[in-house]
Order: sequence, then structure tokens, then C-alpha cells
Amino acid sequence: MKIAVIYPELLGTYGDYGNALALSERSLRRGIDAEVVKVAITDDLPAADLYLLGGGEDGPQRLAVDLLKKSSLRQRVANGAHVFAVCAGLQILGTSFSVEGDDAYEGLSIVDVATTRGAVRSVGELLTQVGQNKLVGFENHGGLTSLGGGVAPLGSVLHGRGNNGQHDGFVTDQIWATYAHGPVLAMNPWFCDEVIAKVTGTQLSPLGTVADKLYEERVTSLSSR
Amino acid sequence: MSNRLSPRGVLALIALRTVNSLSRATGKGSGTVAGGRVGLAVYPKLLSTLSKDREIILVSATNGKTTTTALSVAGWSSDVATNSTGANMPAGHAAALAASKATCAVLETDEAWLPAVIEATNPKVVVLLNLSRDQLDRATEVRAIAERWRTALSKTSEDLVVVANANDPLVVYASEVANEVRWCDIETTWTADAVSCPKCTQSISRSEGDWSCTCGFRKPHCTTRVAGNEVTIGDRSVEVQLSIPGQFNVGNAAMAATALEVLGTDPSNALTSMRSVSGIAGRFTVRSWQGRKLHMLLAKNPAGFDALLESLNPGSDDVWIAINARIADGKDPSWLYDVSFERLQGRKVWCLGDRRLDLATRLDYANVAYEVVDDLNSLPSPSSTVELIANYTAFSDWMQRSTE
Repeated sequence: MKIAVIYPELLGTYGDYGNALALSERSLRRGIDAEVVKVAITDDLPAADLYLLGGGEDGPQRLAVDLLKKSSLRQRVANGAHVFAVCAGLQILGTSFSVEGDDAYEGLSIVDVATTRGAVRSVGELLTQVGQNKLVGFENHGGLTSLGGGVAPLGSVLHGRGNNGQHDGFVTDQIWATYAHGPVLAMNPWFCDEVIAKVTGTQLSPLGTVADKLYEERVTSLSSR
Repeated sequence: MSNRLSPRGVLALIALRTVNSLSRATGKGSGTVAGGRVGLAVYPKLLSTLSKDREIILVSATNGKTTTTALSVAGWSSDVATNSTGANMPAGHAAALAASKATCAVLETDEAWLPAVIEATNPKVVVLLNLSRDQLDRATEVRAIAERWRTALSKTSEDLVVVANANDPLVVYASEVANEVRWCDIETTWTADAVSCPKCTQSISRSEGDWSCTCGFRKPHCTTRVAGNEVTIGDRSVEVQLSIPGQFNVGNAAMAATALEVLGTDPSNALTSMRSVSGIAGRFTVRSWQGRKLHMLLAKNPAGFDALLESLNPGSDDVWIAINARIADGKDPSWLYDVSFERLQGRKVWCLGDRRLDLATRLDYANVAYEVVDDLNSLPSPSSTVELIANYTAFSDWMQRSTE
């Protein structure tokens, strides 16, 4: 599995490297070949099975989307590549988002999702119900995201805000997006494994790590609030 | 100083001193901030009034501001007022100045408060060490702070001198608008917050000690330089022997000495006097805990952590690391993934603090051996001194637990 981290210098504010690390480590420990490449803003987008889009500040987010509009990302997704996006990365995939100085900056329009500026900034721990599982993370954003018809949210918010207080992120056949930033895949081993299984098309053997304990602890702590 | 205060100012000063002694007497605090707050509420101009006719150095940064403040105080060959308890906002400044008759002052200043404090205190020198991500859940993102510093420094008086780290593009961006800048070439390992240019957001290219952007923004020419333990200010070089560890502290000392040189203190004497600084509020000191010797190291954010990990003695000794995520630490420990814990491969880390499982998970993914410590009695008793690295409230927990 080739994992490409897109523009970490622009989209890497909140420990976003943790997601690439968790994906590669959890693959390698099961004997699945995994390679992480960091894509610099001066690089052409390389071929990859999975592209990671992280979080970033307004200026860098705008530059990232400008560069991605000229890149092969849209084409590569059309050809079957997967994307895992958090926070600013989630917004970039949609039709428009709000940054300082522009309330409707044009996104990549890969998914029918639009983001405006929310009344308040959403900062704090986020807990959502994703299918049978719970997802824990931390969010820090000012976006209010609405999904177009036919776009499914990733999960329902149990604690925190996500897109709009009800739902968080979105999911398509090839794309996962969430407001839980940074190391969300490191903290949610089941979710990391689900992404690996989908991208590689393999059934994964169980892998016990200390991340399981961390996950249990965070879910318990957040569920009791 | 009271003779220059208006009646309201005198009242404010009395209120400040009363609250300070009450606060100390009741054991509710060291008493600096509470009194300062009351004083400023009664008389908002109190800080400006207390600053009049003093030579003031302000020190600000994400990392190293407490240490550099202490080094500047030690290097200044006169009586100096300072906020040595780390109360680094206007209330703490007002309290520190009210408590001292010294005409010289060095004030550690919170990054977000710097513009207001420059305006209130009219400093002679502002020392700017670095800017990097820290507590993003409650603080402004770093580029916004650099922008505010720049606006403040573009409006300052002509005789203000900025002493600035030329290896941090965000600091250079903030400082270049000032009338006079002494640029310092000091080791800066953390570059992740200024990978893209603060002026044009394009990529900054770096090579062997230099950096530049295609827009023309580049590292300025430096008059203070550091090579190993040798500090050069202008055309004079001094071999420095500090009592506190880390190459980053040689850089801090060089910047403190540059600030003092601006105010007429001989840098060689200043650097020699800085040797008396052996620990600041417990940082860098060795303390005892249940028969163990602990080397107390504070690291609050990725830049500080990376600098400390780099300064650890090479070898395979165990390291104890304590991580909390309380309000004063920032409640989001995601930053652990921005720290290069991979440097610790080959050692074993004992994971402590409220968020020891977050740390253990990070170390596991970094392939570093670890042990999660749920019970402090299970900690080993090595014969050598243990390196204990802790973030803010975890550090303070271990200060309380241990003894001198």
C-alpha cells in the first residue's frame, strides 16, 4: 500500500503525521507492505493507493487547494485511489469553504459538500457513533459543513460538534473525512484497520496494541460526560 | 516611585500590595498575579506608570523565555526587577515592578500579550527567541501571533532595539519592520511551523544554516553568532560555560548577552555571570524522590521536546516521561505526534502522567520500548540520575512529589 501525505508543510498542524504512521505500522506488523511518501508543494502528485489530507491554517489551506486544483488528484480519485481527510482536508474536498477574506472559496468539488463559517469555533474532544463503533478524537475548527443529497455522514455526534452538531464528516466508496484531527487513526485502531482493509482489499488478522487501551480509556471518559 | 502617581495610581498600588500580602498570608498563591490584577483594575495605566524611567528588556517566545529572562537578570550587573515566578502577563509585570525599586527590569512576556506590554512599558530592548505551535486548543495559531508582533513592532519608538533569532522565519517576519534589529544566528532545530513562507506562503528552502524564499524573503545578516560554546557578538568572541544543559541554552545566553550589550553591559562579563543560573523554578535541577535522583526537564510542546530529546546524553539509559492534558497544558495531546520520539529508539521509556496511554501509543508506533506506569511504586531504582521529562502540570506534580 502506497500512502501519500499531501503537503505536510501546509496541512500538518495537528499531529497529522500520526495517521500515516498508524496506517503504515499497523500494515507492516501484519506483513502488508506499506510505504509512506511525503508530497512537497513543489512535487508532482505521485501515484498512490491512499492520499492523506491533514489540517491547516487559513492561508496554507488556500494555497493547498490552489495547488491541488492543478494536480492530478481528481483524476486519480476517478481512477480508484482512496482519500482519508481531516479538518481542512475535509473542507478542501468539497465545493466551497470559508477562509479569512473569502466566505466561499472554491474547493476541489470531489464531493458534494459545502462549508461555511460557524457562529463559534468548535474546540474539544469529539465522540461519534460510526456504525457499530465509536470514534474518538479532538476537533478544532470554525466550519459548519452541510452534505449534499446522497452524501452520507461518517457518523452521528455523541459529544462535540463535527459538521453541525449532529453529524461528523462524510464517507463515500473511496473517501473518509472527519473533523477529528491529527492522530485520529492512531487513537482508533478499529478505524485504521477498516481503512487498511478497504484500501488493500484484504481481511486483516487481529493486532493487539496499547492503542486498544487508549481507545477504551477515551471512549469511557467521553461517554461518561 | 509613588510621588509620580496620581491619587488613583497610589490607590491602585496600595490595593496591589494589600492583595499580594493577603494572597501570600492565606497561602493561596505566591501573590504576584492576584495583586497585579487588582492594581490594574483600579488603575489601568499602572503598568505604564510603574515602567517610567526604567530600562526594560522584554523577552518573548514560545520556548525559552523563562530561562532567557533569568539569564538576562543574572548577566546584568545591577539590581534588576523581574517577574521570576513566570507570571508573564500585565498583572504579573505590574506586581514585579511594584515590588522593586530597581531601575532595570527584565520581563518575561506571554506571546499573545507582547503588543500590549510593549505599548505599556516602552522597553529599550525586545528579545524574540522563536515561535512555534503550542496549545492550539486555547491559543491562536502561530502565524497570527507573528502578524500581531509585526504590527506592534512597526509602531514602536525609534530607540527600541529588537534582538531577534534570524533562524526562525516567523520571528524574522515579525522583527524586520523594527527600526533597529540585532540578528542572532542561533541553533533552531524546529522548522515545521515555518516551512511555508510567512510572507507569500510558498515553500522556504533551507540549506546548511541558511534559508530563503523565492519572493525574496531570506535569512538576514547576523551580528551575533554561536558555534558550540563560542558566542560571538560583533567582533568579540567569548567561550561560554553555563550551568544549565543544552545547545539551545547557549543560544538563549547569546541573545540575552546581545540585549545587555545594547544597554552597555560588557558581553563577556554578562556571559560569565550567567553561570550562576543553575535551575529556574526547578527546571534543569536534580531532585530526590524515594531514593532516586531525578533530572527535572520541562518540555511543553513539540519544539521544546525535540530540543530536549536532542540534548539527552547519548546512551541507552531509561527515560521517564510524564504527560498531562489539563487546561494549562492544552487539552489536546495530538502534538505528541509532532515530536520526534523516534530519537529514543534503543532506550526504554516509562510512561507517566494522566495521558500516559497517549504517550505509550505514540511510542509504540515509533517502535520505542515503553512501560505504562499505573502505580508509581513499580518504577525502577536505577543507580544513575534519571532523566525526567514532563509537560507543564506534570512537571509541577513532580516538583511537589520530589525534594531538593
